[in-house]
Amino acid sequence: MSLMNVIVCVKQIPDPAAPGALDGATNTLKRDGKLILDDSDAYGVEMALQLVDKAGGGEVALISMAPNGETAGLRTALAMGAAKGVLISDPALQGSDALTTAKILAAAVQRLGGADLIIGATESSDGYTGTVPEQMAELLGLPSVTFAKKVSVEGGALKVDRQTEAGYDEVTCALPALISVTAGVVEPRYPSFKGIMAAKSKPVEEVTAADLNVTPVGWAGAGQKISNVTQAEARQAGEVIEDDGETFGKIVGFLENLKVI
Amino acid sequence: MALNNIWVFAQAANGAPTSATLELLTKARSLSSNVTAFIAGSGAEAAVLGEYGATAVLAVEIGKSLPGVAIASALKSVIDGGNTPDLIMFPQNTEGRDIMSRLSVKLDKTVLTNNIDIADSGDGVTVQTPIFGGNTLVSTTFTGAGPYLAAFRPKSFAAESAGGAAAAVTAVAVPDLGATGSAQVVAVHVEETTGPKLDEANIVVAGGRGLGEASSYAMVEELATLLKGAPGASRAIVDAGWVPYSYQVGQTGKVVKPTIYIAAGISGATQHMVGMKGSKNIIAINKDKEAPIFGVADLGIVGDVHKVLPQIIAALKAR
Repeated sequence: MSLMNVIVCVKQIPDPAAPGALDGATNTLKRDGKLILDDSDAYGVEMALQLVDKAGGGEVALISMAPNGETAGLRTALAMGAAKGVLISDPALQGSDALTTAKILAAAVQRLGGADLIIGATESSDGYTGTVPEQMAELLGLPSVTFAKKVSVEGGALKVDRQTEAGYDEVTCALPALISVTAGVVEPRYPSFKGIMAAKSKPVEEVTAADLNVTPVGWAGAGQKISNVTQAEARQAGEVIEDDGETFGKIVGFLENLKVI
Repeated sequence: MALNNIWVFAQAANGAPTSATLELLTKARSLSSNVTAFIAGSGAEAAVLGEYGATAVLAVEIGKSLPGVAIASALKSVIDGGNTPDLIMFPQNTEGRDIMSRLSVKLDKTVLTNNIDIADSGDGVTVQTPIFGGNTLVSTTFTGAGPYLAAFRPKSFAAESAGGAAAAVTAVAVPDLGATGSAQVVAVHVEETTGPKLDEANIVVAGGRGLGEASSYAMVEELATLLKGAPGASRAIVDAGWVPYSYQVGQTGKVVKPTIYIAAGISGATQHMVGMKGSKNIIAINKDKEAPIFGVADLGIVGDVHKVLPQIIAALKAR
């Protein structure tokens, strides 16, 4: 294969370093502040760039669903080297479940004319439902390999080391296909200054759910409703002491008290 | 709606159903007297599945296919044949997630994942999900008609034998998967571990980025061995390649509830906390006194793991 076109699903999320909060009215995650590229997706973007590079041609396109026309996270991925993006931003999408999200993203893949490979993360860092990539594969009629921790393309087919509970499986798969990649699959590059400048003029098409012909969406399309939110009983913090060179004795004593030594 | 027909995704390792499987069967039989386990393979585990509450087993020979697409397609054929479950329960793991994802599209039904409990109030089926590292519990109710698809975190329920008879096994063929079936497993690699299994150990000693470098993990392993426990790890050092994924404790790794959890050089990211907060006793050693891990620790030492761990190891060896 001389050309390789890859689409990467990227999520723009609230800064994970800031404490998360729920919207009081809807009980959904607050996503109204500044959003950034989910770290989990930086691996997929890097993987895509490397595969296109190895193939000797092609391009990396991004798709993202986010409120308020947010593109900050997309620009980060464009600065890494992706060529273009499609942003689905639509107030009607608020409250959408994972299945509706997958339908939207699958429709965006089709709007881009498909690709040889579609990449997602194993799960997002904010909602971590972890089903969207595999749902997209089913919607698009594609084979899929989830939890990919090593990926290469040889002779027009995918070779993947797929993480399992006990170790890993070697999996082969024809293209086109969809994979979800684990964190650590590759080392994401930092955008260069040149990349950041170039990203500003790369095309990002903004579309709505209606543009993609996906209905129903939002709360209407979700087969679920949030019925209650409570605070869990907090675990009480115990004794915290500064090490003075002798605190190991405290730990040994703690273990003795529990009769494990 | 009443839950008259519940299906549970069963898995086996080394010929025996996994603990997550037995936990889900135990919960399922408390909700319905009609519980079907579906499993990859020939259904050789029917005796134990029946003992824990399954009244029927659907066995799907998947060959070298990945379970997600193969089992979901087989289940869809059963449902199309007129046997429609009200609820399908999955363990929150790789294969459970893949099957429920494929099935959710085939059935056009929502999925609810990362749950720790489920209840049927008579006018709605509600699952409970911890968010923000377990500080907040969200209850979500399925709307519309089933089948409802829900995945549960390991150790959400206690596994208890019901003393049931072996369940009757029905073989279900995988329909032609077309292009979606092209992913094939060509080799299986099992990473060797010694000592107790991480998610079953009475004591877990886990290391994180505070260890500074991969070679320092040897201290964690040595202490775990001395305590007859299992070594564990934060996602950060698994991602960094210091230890295999099978060591990972947290959201994307194992859920552990040991008698004692020792966190060495782990700051306590949300991702990690959800996997270990249920431990009976937590000891934390970390240089940063602001680290969130101290908020859940019964004993916290603000100090350098490179000093404290060798001292503990030496003290235990001297006994």
